[in-house]
Amino acid sequence: MSRTLPDSGVDAQRLALLKDGVWKPLPLIRDARWRWALNASVLLYIVLAWLSVDVNWARVAQGMDRGLAFMASFLQPDFVSRSGEIFAGLKESLTMTLAATVIGVLLAIPVGLGAARNISPLPVYFVCRTIIALSRTFQEIIIAILFVAMFGFGPLAGVVTLAFATIGFMAKLLAEDIEDTQREPLEAIRATGASWLQWVNFAVQPQVMPRLIGLSLYRLDINFRESAVIGIVGAGGIGATLNTSINRYDYDTSAAILLLIIVIVMTSEYLSGYVRKWTQ
Amino acid sequence: MPLIKHGDQPVWKKRQPLQQYAHWAGWMLGGMLFVWCWALISENTIWEFLYDADEQAASLIGRMIPPDWSITGSLMLPLWDTINIATVGTVMGIIIAFPLAFLAARNTTPHPALRAVALAIIVSSRSINALIWAMLLVTIVGPGSFAGMLAIALRSIGFVGKLLYEAIEEIHPTPVEALSATGAGRGQVLAWAVWPQIMPAFAGICVYRWDINIREATTLGLVGAGGIGLQMNASINNLAWGEVATVFVLIFATVVVSEWVSAKVRRAML
Repeated sequence: MSRTLPDSGVDAQRLALLKDGVWKPLPLIRDARWRWALNASVLLYIVLAWLSVDVNWARVAQGMDRGLAFMASFLQPDFVSRSGEIFAGLKESLTMTLAATVIGVLLAIPVGLGAARNISPLPVYFVCRTIIALSRTFQEIIIAILFVAMFGFGPLAGVVTLAFATIGFMAKLLAEDIEDTQREPLEAIRATGASWLQWVNFAVQPQVMPRLIGLSLYRLDINFRESAVIGIVGAGGIGATLNTSINRYDYDTSAAILLLIIVIVMTSEYLSGYVRKWTQ
Repeated sequence: MPLIKHGDQPVWKKRQPLQQYAHWAGWMLGGMLFVWCWALISENTIWEFLYDADEQAASLIGRMIPPDWSITGSLMLPLWDTINIATVGTVMGIIIAFPLAFLAARNTTPHPALRAVALAIIVSSRSINALIWAMLLVTIVGPGSFAGMLAIALRSIGFVGKLLYEAIEEIHPTPVEALSATGAGRGQVLAWAVWPQIMPAFAGICVYRWDINIREATTLGLVGAGGIGLQMNASINNLAWGEVATVFVLIFATVVVSEWVSAKVRRAML
């Protein structure tokens, strides 16, 4: 056990302690100077960050009543008095989610095929990777703002937003999955003289299909959650209803909507787990 | 694979005829559901707005280019706030999620009832987007970065908690058994058998969530929860699309940098 200089000090200390019957684990970062520098910079950052936030404690104390009222409203959610709006919002959210997922997945498949390095030529690869990067960089809500400005208020802007976000997500994961496929079936089908379409359909598709189905269901779930948000900027769905109820301090209705969202997300997660087990 | 006779000619098919019809019926039902959804959406859409969508898009892009760089200097402080919201929010979320994950993991939970409660908290926190938490918190603690931090923290609890408890459930049981056999207590087993096994996963999850939180923190300002989003909202309300474009460029740069940092850190950890 001969170590180079900087470590030997630490080891000697540990050995000496061990002789007294005290065992200490190895430190995560070997060099003590780095450890101290890291600790100091974390401390410095906390101080700086704390200085930049200015918490108005009087306002917080005032708001505590509202906070408690909000907590209490989860115990007595009000599904009834705004049931019309809630139902319409949920229906719109669900239809937006389904339509956007179908359109997004259909568009993502060609992009994903193009973005897989092992089955597509370099120029196509670059174009498809650019589409993916564009769609993945910005949050759904920012995309929604732009599409609302173009298409006007309403669920269509929401569908286009969610479909656009779906393309980037699905195409990236699909392309990675295609790049991970086994090469033997690909070569075997190609050796039979299959055309490119036949090749993709009979060599690639069977290998990626289970994961594609699983990912589509996962994206369905994400799209529903996002559809609850993009309503804030006017892209339709339950988000608009939720936003109104919160701004009116009508917490009983907000709690009802949040509980419904939670229940739907839980159900869809449970169902998608079931379907994924069944397809694999 | 069934063999079906077409006259004298045997033909290979993928499915039995009945199975094939059921398959087609399934696709048909799915297609009908999609068409029905689309009909509902198109009912609620004002199609007249779409006639000039291309002009709208062109004028929008025209007003965004070139970006109005003159406000870049005044955006630096909101950007610093955004990074703080994401970082402090992530840390607060992790502090709460860490014990919660041990309560929620099947192999470390002290009691099944506690496990159910922990899982319920994790699911609720995960189902609700940070923006919705922010909307609520702005009405409770008032507008500003503090509401943003709490919103990010509340959303991170579910994410970190879920991934961490799954990591805990996947640990090797042998070190745990070995330590228990030496007479180690519960806390000692957690510290010396469980923790070393989940530490790399934990670090990876935290950095990954921080990366996502940077993205989410950029938009929290839309509902008044501080950061660069406040500036973006103001510019959008003024229809100053040149300023909006500057904000977009800054967000893009921040996201790229944070992604690079998180990729670096994760590679160093794993």
